[in-house]
Amino acid sequence: MTSLRSFPGNIPCLLLTASLLLAPSSSLRAQDGKQLFNAKCASCHAVDKNLVGPALKGVEDRWPDRDKLYAWINNSSALIKTGYPRAVEVYNQFNKIQMTAFPELKPADIDAILGYIATAGTPKPTEGGATGAAPTDDSGSSDSGLLYGILTLVLAVVALILLQVNSNLRKMTDEKEGAETAEPIPFWRNKAYIALAAIILFMGGGYMTFQSAQGLGRSKNYQPEQPIYYSHTVHAGINQISCLYCHGGAQDSKHANIPSVNVCMNCHMAINEYAKGPKLYREDGKEVDGTAEIRKLYQYAGWNPDTKTYTGQGKPIEWIRIHNLPDHVYFNHAQHVKAGKVQCQTCHGEIQKMGEVYQASDLSMGWCINCHRETKVQFTDNKYYSIYEKFHEDIKNKRLDSVTVEKIGGTECQKCHY
Amino acid sequence: MQQKKYWQNLGELKDSDAYRDSLKDEFAEELPQEAGSGLAEATAPRRDFLKYVGFSTAAAMAAASCEMPVKKSIPYLNKPENTIPGVADYYASTWVQDGNAVPVVVKVRDGRPIKIEGNELSSLTGGGTSAQVQASVLDLYDMARLRFPIADGKEVTSFEAFDKMVSAAMAGIGSTKVVLLTSSVSSPTTLAAIAKFLEKHPGSEHIQYDALSASGMLLANESTYGRKAIPAHRFDKAKVIVSLGADFLGTWLNPVEFSRQYAAGRKVVQSNPEMSKHIQFESMLSLTGANADDRYVHRPSETGAVALALYNAVSGATEAKPLADERLKKGIAQAAAALKSAQGAALVVSGSNDPDVQILVNAINEAVGANGTTIDWSAPLNTRKGSDADMARLITEMKDGKVGALLVHGVNPAYDCFDAKGFADGLKKVAVSVSFNDREDETTELCKYAIPDHHYLESWGDAEARAGHVSFQQPTIAPLFKTRAFQTSLLLWSGDATNYSDFFKAYWVGKLGSQEAFDKALQDGVLTPQPGAAAAASFSAAEVVPAANRVSSAKKGGKTELALYAKVSLGSGKSANNPWLQEMPDPITKATWDNYAMISYAKAKELGIAIDDNYEVEATKPTIRVKAGGRELTLPVLAIPGMHPDVIAVAVGYGRSEKAGKAAANVGTNVYPLVSFNGRTFDYHVADVACERTGEDYLIAYTQTHNQYEGRKEVVREYALSELKSHPKILLEQREKLAEDYAKKTGDYRVEGTLYPNYPYPGPKWGMSIDLNTCTGCGACTVACTAENNVAVVGKSEVLRNHEMHWLRIDRYFATYRDDSGKDDLDSLNVVFMPMMCQHCDNAPCENVCPVNATNHSSEGINQMTYNRCIGTRYCANNCPFKVRRFNWADYTGADSFPNNQEEGKLDPAVFQMNDDLTRMVLNPDVTVRSRGVIEKCSFCVQRLQEGKLKAKKEDRPLETGAEGKWDVRTACQQACPTNAIVFGNVNDPKSPVSKIRNEEQTARVFYSLEQLHVLPNVSYLAKVRNTDRHVGLAAAHAEGHAEGADKAEPAH
Repeated sequence: MTSLRSFPGNIPCLLLTASLLLAPSSSLRAQDGKQLFNAKCASCHAVDKNLVGPALKGVEDRWPDRDKLYAWINNSSALIKTGYPRAVEVYNQFNKIQMTAFPELKPADIDAILGYIATAGTPKPTEGGATGAAPTDDSGSSDSGLLYGILTLVLAVVALILLQVNSNLRKMTDEKEGAETAEPIPFWRNKAYIALAAIILFMGGGYMTFQSAQGLGRSKNYQPEQPIYYSHTVHAGINQISCLYCHGGAQDSKHANIPSVNVCMNCHMAINEYAKGPKLYREDGKEVDGTAEIRKLYQYAGWNPDTKTYTGQGKPIEWIRIHNLPDHVYFNHAQHVKAGKVQCQTCHGEIQKMGEVYQASDLSMGWCINCHRETKVQFTDNKYYSIYEKFHEDIKNKRLDSVTVEKIGGTECQKCHY
Repeated sequence: MQQKKYWQNLGELKDSDAYRDSLKDEFAEELPQEAGSGLAEATAPRRDFLKYVGFSTAAAMAAASCEMPVKKSIPYLNKPENTIPGVADYYASTWVQDGNAVPVVVKVRDGRPIKIEGNELSSLTGGGTSAQVQASVLDLYDMARLRFPIADGKEVTSFEAFDKMVSAAMAGIGSTKVVLLTSSVSSPTTLAAIAKFLEKHPGSEHIQYDALSASGMLLANESTYGRKAIPAHRFDKAKVIVSLGADFLGTWLNPVEFSRQYAAGRKVVQSNPEMSKHIQFESMLSLTGANADDRYVHRPSETGAVALALYNAVSGATEAKPLADERLKKGIAQAAAALKSAQGAALVVSGSNDPDVQILVNAINEAVGANGTTIDWSAPLNTRKGSDADMARLITEMKDGKVGALLVHGVNPAYDCFDAKGFADGLKKVAVSVSFNDREDETTELCKYAIPDHHYLESWGDAEARAGHVSFQQPTIAPLFKTRAFQTSLLLWSGDATNYSDFFKAYWVGKLGSQEAFDKALQDGVLTPQPGAAAAASFSAAEVVPAANRVSSAKKGGKTELALYAKVSLGSGKSANNPWLQEMPDPITKATWDNYAMISYAKAKELGIAIDDNYEVEATKPTIRVKAGGRELTLPVLAIPGMHPDVIAVAVGYGRSEKAGKAAANVGTNVYPLVSFNGRTFDYHVADVACERTGEDYLIAYTQTHNQYEGRKEVVREYALSELKSHPKILLEQREKLAEDYAKKTGDYRVEGTLYPNYPYPGPKWGMSIDLNTCTGCGACTVACTAENNVAVVGKSEVLRNHEMHWLRIDRYFATYRDDSGKDDLDSLNVVFMPMMCQHCDNAPCENVCPVNATNHSSEGINQMTYNRCIGTRYCANNCPFKVRRFNWADYTGADSFPNNQEEGKLDPAVFQMNDDLTRMVLNPDVTVRSRGVIEKCSFCVQRLQEGKLKAKKEDRPLETGAEGKWDVRTACQQACPTNAIVFGNVNDPKSPVSKIRNEEQTARVFYSLEQLHVLPNVSYLAKVRNTDRHVGLAAAHAEGHAEGADKAEPAH
């Protein structure tokens, strides 16, 4: 707790907020599609590059028969067995890795995902084609902010020139008519201009101050260097280890819990070198020697790989905590993972693609609340909710189609603060 | 006609000017703006002030904006299999102190015990606890604990070295004997270890000593029943209970068990309203006396005479020397008649330590058929075995140099013995003295060696409170300090190298037959014997007449007498360093952090203390000098009703030494020296004392004038059993009248009477019901709430400023009658206890006035408080009719982000003790520790509600709130209550007990506090019922209440 870390998080925050104001609101459908994509597809697919599976951009064009596509997603191996050429082709093309079956996805869901894929990569219609390189979803619109800024500046200059012309013309007409005129005041001493500039500065400054103040204590994109280079890409992405294998606390406890060293050693007693996977790089581009990192683990575990015995000299690993909530916030993983059936990626981002973990969400209260407003609870599946008789009645009578977290009090203060 | 008056302090009764002044302002003290530094006289001009503010804000922003602390997250190296960080584990154990034993369940969160709950499997307590039990978890983290063995005041680095030193010393004691001095030991394995030790040291002796002794009872039972033991008292089977000064609900023998039994007889079933009758004879107002239906006072020296008179009245003998007091005489006649009419279901108990009185009580019990019914010899009590005569003999032997080694465990005679000085002198002549006590208390300081025992939460162990009712202890945390089990030392020193934990396991595995049976017993925490029929013991009347003669020839007391008593909070004083107990208001006086002389108003007048307008409003109290048996003490006085006019009552357990701890030191006065030994037993009263006013004043931090209802009278309801029978709807009718003005059609204020929409509460809706008839006012809930919710300790100086933080207080009402001439009859006093916490009003006045919406209503009916939103305007506290909101006037918890926010010297040492890193381990990690400047209040234990709901969700089933005895959620106060007076649950579930109480079982007695305000509380109460012929009823109060209600009926906000 004594050391401090630098975190210049406010500027991106400001830009993001500004861009949010300008971005067109996406449809609810695409929102669903995005959630589904993140939950179901994102561990193996990206929109525009090949991962374990192919890039999904343009998938609809590659699969002319939509019903076959549904069948493929619901159960790919069954489709391969029928000998459907496109299915066999993809299977062979991607090293004969079988795609996980998703029998629970209904055609409507798949349409939503496809809808998201179609919009995700394409430029936003209002923005004249500029696409951002930054990874955030709405980053494209920050360029439009720049555009508007330039536009505003140009208009301001034009206005200034016009005003100047206007005053010159008036001066000329006054002279022409022989009227007495005061000595012209240069615009930097013109009270109107000064007042205008002051107001603009005050408003802009105020806005920035407010944004910075709001950003205090938030640390989106925080990515500290950990004592061991542990790659979620390798573990959760390539090797498909279930999140709960290591973070089992997520379904039982308020803490997801970083696994104890003995859990690591379950596998790493056997896996003592990093040889087959892709090369690993740190954020700054430096290459990482995976085998050396495994050796570091042995150091902590007190494991001698040569004699294959524990030395008894182990010590716990002091990981640097990335996701920090203030002390007055009560957050319970079990509530979200077990009761709410929320995917880890919903809050932690595409963790299976992170070399070193960074904080993907800003973990602000607004962010929590927004999710609580939109997310539906397992209303009919979990018998706990059977006591909400009125809502069940409403659902039956079609007065209500689903129950959000907010509806059962999920945005009230004492759900998180007590 | 007579007018019944409910009052909490005398000012309220008299409606004095000072009292009315005190009500004017919301906060009793001046707001903390130092005089002379008001804004008007500020030396810094406004512009400078603004500059400073601007600069410091900017600087703070600049400093804070780009740097955040790096936090580490350190997992286990090797995680224990069944531990999940963040999930609490529960272990059964047993609280043991001063011989008392209460089975408990310990909540352990991430390796730290943080809360004690009652063990519901216990056949004795049924899950009940007391304030002391609840507070015991804090003792584990007591800074004043001895952290390592010491010899001659210096640390001994290893146990081996210590053992060597002690064995060498013991070898040199020659022919003098070894004495093991302990409190009453009920643990079978400890007794086995002691037996081994005694065997190894021939001529050695085990002496059991209780500071609060029941020696007189043991002697009396020996002479009348032939057994030196204490039988089980069955208050649940008694229809008539007569107590001669036994505070069986507070401190006598086994109060948690007795409270549960007592409540069983006091629960009123609406369809057939019957309850036990309880008559109390006593010298001072005790907790038990406050609960009695009828109550009579006498001098302590008259105890024998009262017992004799009652014996004579019951047995039909004529009295040689009748009592002088007419009222008392009438009381005895009444008690005798009641006892006789309840033949076989009557019980007489006495708190006296005089064997003769106890012999007479045994004779009365014999006469009313109690032996074998309400006095049960099948499972005698093991928690009081101390022999006063043995202790007195020990002191003589020590002085005579006959004792070579003294081993002290769990007792502190240098502090609490009648002859503490004699004990200290004798100890000097003892060659080897070893203390096993947990701290350097008065006795340990005098001992040559000290090897602290574990705290009970770190120990293996057992206790057998009643024969056959065994309960177990298991460690819930590894020992925090270098301590060793007392029994291990004994075994080691008797040549047995077995660790006590192994000894304990071997003993019980052997006894129970198998490892599985042992594991099960350990998991349950208790062994329950097969319930058998109550057994009688053969009664020998031979000693009754001699005892009666001795009693009637006893010396008469002087003008003023002094009675010593134990407080519900501190008991004998072992836990004096427990700030939770010190700050718990005494049930009767509502005083914290002190002992004092309780006197009657008459006595006060006699001493020249004016009970004037200011008396109760001011915390400043006069002090008196008490001279008793060559000793002189100066004590502050508190005048309260219900005292015998010539009795001064003082609590023991205070006045501990500096080394007992920060919170214990310099609190109150030690009055144990006033205990005397009469040749057979200890006397806890002084028959003749002289007292005079000193002229000095003293501040007593008592809370009875805090949190006033500003003259609103319908807070508490009470009537007589006869009235309930004859007119069961009397309360209901009053309530219906209240709805008349606003809800003519439906009678439901919610539907008609308010502008607000009627919110449906679609899911669970939380509600609480408190039965005032079974609430004894013991205060277990107050401490349980403190422990559960990280409620801050503020210290005496802050309590004096009305700053106590308890979320749950117990209002104590005195009810007296005023005749037409305006005179108050303080003799026929009724006391009503009413637990008061946030009522979670559905139409809450506090919510509407919060400018920042920091307090608002949840869809589950909870009045929510969001600390981080609160800006401290205190409007809510101002607008709360129940006065249950607490403001953090200072940084009591050290939770503020500013360092140096707590000023040493301004806050009491106890506050700093609570903020020590060690003590803070007791904090509940699920509850925010509040910082300075925010309001807080009862949350209905929302963290428990959330946890319970999540449990149900995880298990994919509906929430259980008590239907068929299944509970997912219970509030801390409900769990702690020994009488189950508090019931909590989902009122939307018609099967939950709380809905059943409100809508089916107790419709006649349900009332809401200050219902005429229409704030729609979610806490309902059941009216107090008294089984008495005196008029206590609603009828008169009704007429008055209604008349006032009419002009007081305030519209809701």
